[in-house]
Amino acid sequence: MTVIPETDTTDAGAGPPRADPPLVGIEDLDELWFQVSGTLCNLACSHCFISCHPGNRAFGFLGLGDVKRRLEEARRLGVKEYYFTGGEPFLNREMVPILEETLRHGPASVLTNGTVFRDATAADLARIAKESRYSLEVRVSIDGYDASMNDPLRGDGTWEAAMRGVEVLVSHGLLPIVTIVQTWPDEETLRVLDRFRDTLRLRGYARPRIKVLPTLRIGMEASRTRGYLPHERVTPEMLEGYDAGQLLCSHSRIVTDRGVAVCPILIEAPGAHLGLGLEEALRPFAITHAACTTCYQHGAICTNLGAGGAGRDR
Amino acid sequence: MNGAAPRSSARDEAAAGEGRGVLALRLPPSRLALLGGVYSNHIALAGAIADARRRGAQALFCLGDLGAFGPHPALVFPILRENGVVTLAGNYDDSLARGLDDCRCGYTDPRDNHFARLSYRYTFERTPAEEKRWLGALPRQVRIETGGRRLLLCHGSPRRMNEFLWESATPDAFLEKLFREHDCDALAVTHTGIKWRRELPGGLFVNVGVLGRPENDGTPRVWYTILDVHPDGSIEPTFVPVEYDHAALAREMRAEGLPDEFVETIETGWWTTCLEVLPSKERMRAKW
Repeated sequence: MTVIPETDTTDAGAGPPRADPPLVGIEDLDELWFQVSGTLCNLACSHCFISCHPGNRAFGFLGLGDVKRRLEEARRLGVKEYYFTGGEPFLNREMVPILEETLRHGPASVLTNGTVFRDATAADLARIAKESRYSLEVRVSIDGYDASMNDPLRGDGTWEAAMRGVEVLVSHGLLPIVTIVQTWPDEETLRVLDRFRDTLRLRGYARPRIKVLPTLRIGMEASRTRGYLPHERVTPEMLEGYDAGQLLCSHSRIVTDRGVAVCPILIEAPGAHLGLGLEEALRPFAITHAACTTCYQHGAICTNLGAGGAGRDR
Repeated sequence: MNGAAPRSSARDEAAAGEGRGVLALRLPPSRLALLGGVYSNHIALAGAIADARRRGAQALFCLGDLGAFGPHPALVFPILRENGVVTLAGNYDDSLARGLDDCRCGYTDPRDNHFARLSYRYTFERTPAEEKRWLGALPRQVRIETGGRRLLLCHGSPRRMNEFLWESATPDAFLEKLFREHDCDALAVTHTGIKWRRELPGGLFVNVGVLGRPENDGTPRVWYTILDVHPDGSIEPTFVPVEYDHAALAREMRAEGLPDEFVETIETGWWTTCLEVLPSKERMRAKW
């Protein structure tokens, strides 16, 4: 049984469904995502692409047992990487044991806002990272090199709280990837990144790793700026001569407490839930959603390396 | 970051060329030398070939990416051909041969992209047209039946020539899938720049390292791999360091106006660019 969420915040402004939707198949399940803390978050960012906030329990937590079962399925399918997102993953009290178990199977990345974990959690993360032969990536979302840039998006005091989170991780020897959503014109990117690196170095992060993400005009972001316009959709013609391997749905799926959905961006979208088991969910997906346009334009931005780094395009 | 849509028909063309792109060989059990990315380091290439011959290697293979990073890209071609090195195509070679606008390494960091563009432009402009045609005719994979084993050589992975297979980011189950789906029980690749190996029930995996630049360990040496295939079908890889005149290479790079950051890597052994693609474990061992 596939459960369809009742509301769709992902696709405001969509036109009528096409008779010939652009279908994207999946060749290999390379990345398996887990919506590990459901839609619950301690923050209520104004640009969140899935409307997570402190009162949103539309999707529930995944427990260690749930994750273990999925890892066994994933192992049979030869999955290459595991990602954990929410909501805020570290609201899930089993987050460290979940990561520890995952690191027995392969590399793991966890996407956090950096504001909730304590020194002891960072110490545990450093320990499990050291004990595993696979890499643990901790990705911390901070949307600016100072509070005046970040806090209007993520909430008062969140820049300082997240920077302290980075300091704690770094003090335990970890090298977090700081992700920043691009809210500036392209020509300012080098200046923004230089300033952010300088700031992180001043806070003790000598070798800062920064990943820039484009904004997705869905969820909360659609009301902050604007949603996608009806004509901003991928068409079958646009896939001609295009390497569909750039699209996340051609190599990823996400486990939620309601089953398996196509990608972490679309868990709230009708039609994005593809089944209860992983194999069942490995079927073609019609990329008719507004967010698919961003993935089409920028490549699989959600993974650590993006589309090219993940080895697409050849 | 790159704002333009990552449009390309590269993968389609790759798929179309897959059948033509496989060189199949049958060899008796013997000692093979596997050379990884050369990146225009003609001095280390010549040194590795001489070393492999001294060690009794009976066949030499190069796993692609002949250009990039280093000086005078035209110099490596005669060295490979005159020494009978069987060469397959890497992503850099493929880009040069097809006249693409970049190396398709997939960086998103603007600094990494800046250096990648500089390097690609330099190499593209100095690679003669006839060598680009030669690159375009290289096989994408080499399959070798030897000692009852099926050995597959490719650049990044059997799936895609620009796929990174790092030690800390490549699960056992994923490698087992590659062995199964690509009909091999020994697989050798390069592309990442750092050597590693893993023996699994389904086969042997080896990333042979690269000759083009040091492997981010604080020493200027570079690496290649000797593969001993024994009559009983066992395969034994040995990683071989190459000490070469890196000071001479650095002088050539400076004279060519290549970035100081590249020269620093050759001299110190620490990577200064393209760090974005390193997983955390490999990055922790690095200086930058």
